[in-house]
Amino acid sequence: MNEQLLSVILTIITASTPLLLAAIGELVVERSGVLNLGVEGMMAVGAVSGFGAALLTGNPYVGVLAALFAGALLSLLFGFLTLTMVSNQVATGLALTLLGLGTAGLMGEAFVGQPGVHLERLHVPGLSDIPFIGPILFGQDLMVYLSFAIVAGVSYLLFRSKAGLIIRAVGDSHQSAHALGYSVVGVRYLCVMFGGACSGLAGGYLSLAYTPQWVENMTAGRGWIALALVVFSSWLPWRIVVGAYLFGTITVMGFSLQAYGIGIPSQLLSALPYVVTILVLVLISRNRALMRANTPACLGQPFVPDR
Amino acid sequence: MKKWMALAAALALGVSAGAANAADKLKACWVYVGPVGDFGYSYQHDLGRKAVEKALGDKVETAFLENVAEGPDAERAIERFAREGCKIIFTTSFGFMDPTIKVAAKYPDIKFEHATGYKKADNVAIYNARFYEGRYVMGQIAAKMSKTGTAGYIVSFPIPEVVMGINAFMLGAQSVNPDFKVKIIWVNSWYDPGKEADAAKVLLGQGADIMVQHTDSTAPLQEAEKAGKLGFGQSSDMIKFAPKSQLTSNTDDWDPYYIARVQAVLDGTWKSEDTWGGMKDGMVVLPPFTNMPDDVKKMAEDSVAKIKSGEFHPFTGPITKQDGTTVGEAGKPLPDGELLGMNYYIKGVDDKLPQ
Repeated sequence: MNEQLLSVILTIITASTPLLLAAIGELVVERSGVLNLGVEGMMAVGAVSGFGAALLTGNPYVGVLAALFAGALLSLLFGFLTLTMVSNQVATGLALTLLGLGTAGLMGEAFVGQPGVHLERLHVPGLSDIPFIGPILFGQDLMVYLSFAIVAGVSYLLFRSKAGLIIRAVGDSHQSAHALGYSVVGVRYLCVMFGGACSGLAGGYLSLAYTPQWVENMTAGRGWIALALVVFSSWLPWRIVVGAYLFGTITVMGFSLQAYGIGIPSQLLSALPYVVTILVLVLISRNRALMRANTPACLGQPFVPDR
Repeated sequence: MKKWMALAAALALGVSAGAANAADKLKACWVYVGPVGDFGYSYQHDLGRKAVEKALGDKVETAFLENVAEGPDAERAIERFAREGCKIIFTTSFGFMDPTIKVAAKYPDIKFEHATGYKKADNVAIYNARFYEGRYVMGQIAAKMSKTGTAGYIVSFPIPEVVMGINAFMLGAQSVNPDFKVKIIWVNSWYDPGKEADAAKVLLGQGADIMVQHTDSTAPLQEAEKAGKLGFGQSSDMIKFAPKSQLTSNTDDWDPYYIARVQAVLDGTWKSEDTWGGMKDGMVVLPPFTNMPDDVKKMAEDSVAKIKSGEFHPFTGPITKQDGTTVGEAGKPLPDGELLGMNYYIKGVDDKLPQ
């Protein structure tokens, strides 16, 4: 029984990590007032770049870096279009998804059917061998720890530092921030690139750790779930962890229940993560004051300085 | 949001498909449910398309649309091909059945070919492979090789094709070990490597030591490899992903069929037919049996030979259903119609079929 519970928990962690990585990046982007719907596309490019770099060098950590930079690079294009050229963010984001998925497919043609390089789980002598807790706390791969570190970092940055104050000011009232002398476009560029890097990492996690291989469409809609999780979290970093792990847990529990042969219709179990996410979202949104306080007021609005 | 994306994707795909056009060549077109890079089901169909290009050379030109969602999007994609001058259109997934029939009615001069369905028309032929033949042999191997007596089986949607596969697998397994058990997880997707991997981990965690899949990615087999357990590939030979784990793989080979059908259009001899090819026709191929002792290999090879010669049919009556009733006449194979509409489990499958 313990063995089974352990395997379920380990599965939940791998299922939740890509969602967590992509969502925390997008949270920062949205906090700065930019809506980038291209998460799915950036994840795909991150996945293929990470896979390719790891395969060519034989080193999964090079793959992780490649995924990060590939995601950031693609987001730079989004930044140029929406921030410098002031194009519509929703349309540009959707286009970025298509571009990303297409580019990834093209880049990855040579990698299809190639076994990849695994990002191994860490092994801390002694600690990782503690029954049950050891593998969970000390036996994950690097990116799982990284995902939590990023959440902690973002939480600190946004709410405990001056930089965070500026980011939130830019997201809440870009005209005021501009009047105070902050570079709205500059701040947004940095946030967009951070988001891109996180999406790239999430993609890299898929192709290096989750299912070490490259196949087209391997992101399978996870970018969209990440976008939903940002709203779910009401733009608060630690709630992203709750959302991502809730989603992962219900997905994996659904499979477990099926395998036990409990006669719940599988279609219902497949829909359950979405249903529960929506339900919790509705419950959270009932607190209107909180929602209003956290929703970046300038989200999705183009910024053109008036002088 | 997903809907928006699908819509936008359909538009983008449409644009890219419109690029090539040549005057007097025969245009043959394919519609795939997954990406050609899935290294599974759609990949195999695309190998077939390439084989047509190679075999018929400059008499044909080909085009394909990948990632076409089953449903209304499929209708748009098929119609697009029809308008673009495709003379024969292959639609390769079960869910393309109704859209194909609908579009075909509007374009009586174009030949349509739909895979894995059951609706025919004057200009719609249907074709499928007897995948269940391979699955029966896989069941026998699984029962021989399993230490826990339990296989984990990852499946997509409860359509007859898939149910038939589970039943064939279990009939094979029961022929070796009457108490063999199977744990089933429906992931409700043909293709989501992440979900398939999750399901595989759950099954392995619950004591299954043989991984079987009726979904299209290599992920479940890779999980088996990682856990030091055994498994079967799907659609393609996946040995590269699981050199220590793959026992064999239920592989599709569409090349000869596609070449023959396109040739028939060129010759003007195309007729609406119903083709259901198996091992005998080379449509279902099991790559070399690996990671098993010689006696198991011998048993598997014998079964393949018997199925090929027609001496043995996996669904030989009477077959006991889950509810205890029986179908089929003793000593006779179930009729194809019965197989193609299979919506029940056989006895010994410990799962409730989603309806």
